[in-house]
Amino acid sequence: MPKVRVLAFARLRELLGESREVALAEGATLRDLWSSLLAAEPRLQGLESGMRFACNQRLCADERTLHEGDEIALLPPFGGG
Amino acid sequence: MNLAGSHALRRYSRHLLIPEIGLAGQERLAAARALVIGAGGLGAPVLAYLAAAGVGRIGIIDDDVVDESNLQRQILFEQTDIGRPKAEVAAQRLHALNPQIAIDALQRRFDASNARELVRLYDVVIDCSDRFTTRYCTSDACSLEGKIEIFAAIFRFDGQVTRFDPEGPCYRCLFPHAPEPGSVPTCAEGGVLGVLPGIVGAWQASEALKALLQIGEPLRGRLMLVDALAARTREVRFERDPECIRCGENPTLFEPVDRPEEESVALTGVAEIAPEELDAALREALLLDVREPHEVALGLLPGALHVPASQLEARMHELDSAKRYVVACRVGVRSRWAIGRLRDAGFKRLAHLDGGLLRYAALDAGFEFF
Ligand SMILES: [Zn+2]
Repeated sequence: MPKVRVLAFARLRELLGESREVALAEGATLRDLWSSLLAAEPRLQGLESGMRFACNQRLCADERTLHEGDEIALLPPFGGG
Repeated sequence: MNLAGSHALRRYSRHLLIPEIGLAGQERLAAARALVIGAGGLGAPVLAYLAAAGVGRIGIIDDDVVDESNLQRQILFEQTDIGRPKAEVAAQRLHALNPQIAIDALQRRFDASNARELVRLYDVVIDCSDRFTTRYCTSDACSLEGKIEIFAAIFRFDGQVTRFDPEGPCYRCLFPHAPEPGSVPTCAEGGVLGVLPGIVGAWQASEALKALLQIGEPLRGRLMLVDALAARTREVRFERDPECIRCGENPTLFEPVDRPEEESVALTGVAEIAPEELDAALREALLLDVREPHEVALGLLPGALHVPASQLEARMHELDSAKRYVVACRVGVRSRWAIGRLRDAGFKRLAHLDGGLLRYAALDAGFEFF
């Protein structure tokens, strides 16, 4: 069960807090991480629109497999200017 | 460009004292051209600092006029400017700040029809817009015309800043898919701390000046995340995406794209109520206001039922699926979300207030709403 740290920004931070630890099944991907966050916090529904993930301070694909100790940042696009 | 003369030397003396700038750097700035897209929250500090720094030619493109609600953060504008074109007012202020530079005030929307020819006239482009379509269009045009772009976007206390270079990565490498229309709030919908665009815009101005001076380490391939609430910045690295449709290995995009902003996508099977139709609709239905509790201070329609979107699941039992509801929020984004949840819960007699209470209030002088 790899444990990862999730960092959230902007509207996601308002729902998830700035940082939280999440335990996932072996072989889980970033997509699975999002599903588990969504199950815990239904108000996240729809907020993944356009969002990217960063793993250990690098932007990465949603299919990436997670490992123990990974730091995941949820990066929604911002609307304001 | 020749900056000799005591006047210029005095004006720019604090730049001339820095070895990385000096007279040669200041002359470089005087010969430089920068295009600023959007004269709003980010645009204000970017424009002011570029003009003060002596960037020789500055283009300002914005099709909007000054609104009273802009004055909380758009510090180029004053009370008496309300209703005037932003590009024109900004040009006037910058000219007063630095009469030695040239300003192009362009009072129109930056879009696919003018993007390439405009971008071509400048050395660096600073995206201070608040629309995703404009952002893709800007990035496409810069990539196609071989220009450096300095990008930023903001939300409440948070900002994202980076630089895109012609060889990539570009905005599409970072965000290949535009968010669903209406799913990401603007400043008008979600609000913004007044000083936040000042902080983030100042970073943009700094990156633009560095690009023109060719000094320092560019914010290229690095997305800077500014969190004013925590007083913290972080950085995420990103690279050119080989799959990118604009700057990837096999690009398929050769002209800037600006899809029309689909701000009001119809919800299938739910009646859209225009602001003009709301009074009539409310003779047979109840207004369900789903704004958050702290927003009530900005105005509340008499007779409305107020159930914040964040409490909707928990308070669903207070609603009666046999009744008709017109669901509304501030600008019509969260109300769409609420309708989705209500439909999942079996509500069928729902209608949606198009444009939200803000647009309704614009019609009726009797309804105080801000
Ligand atoms: Zn790209």
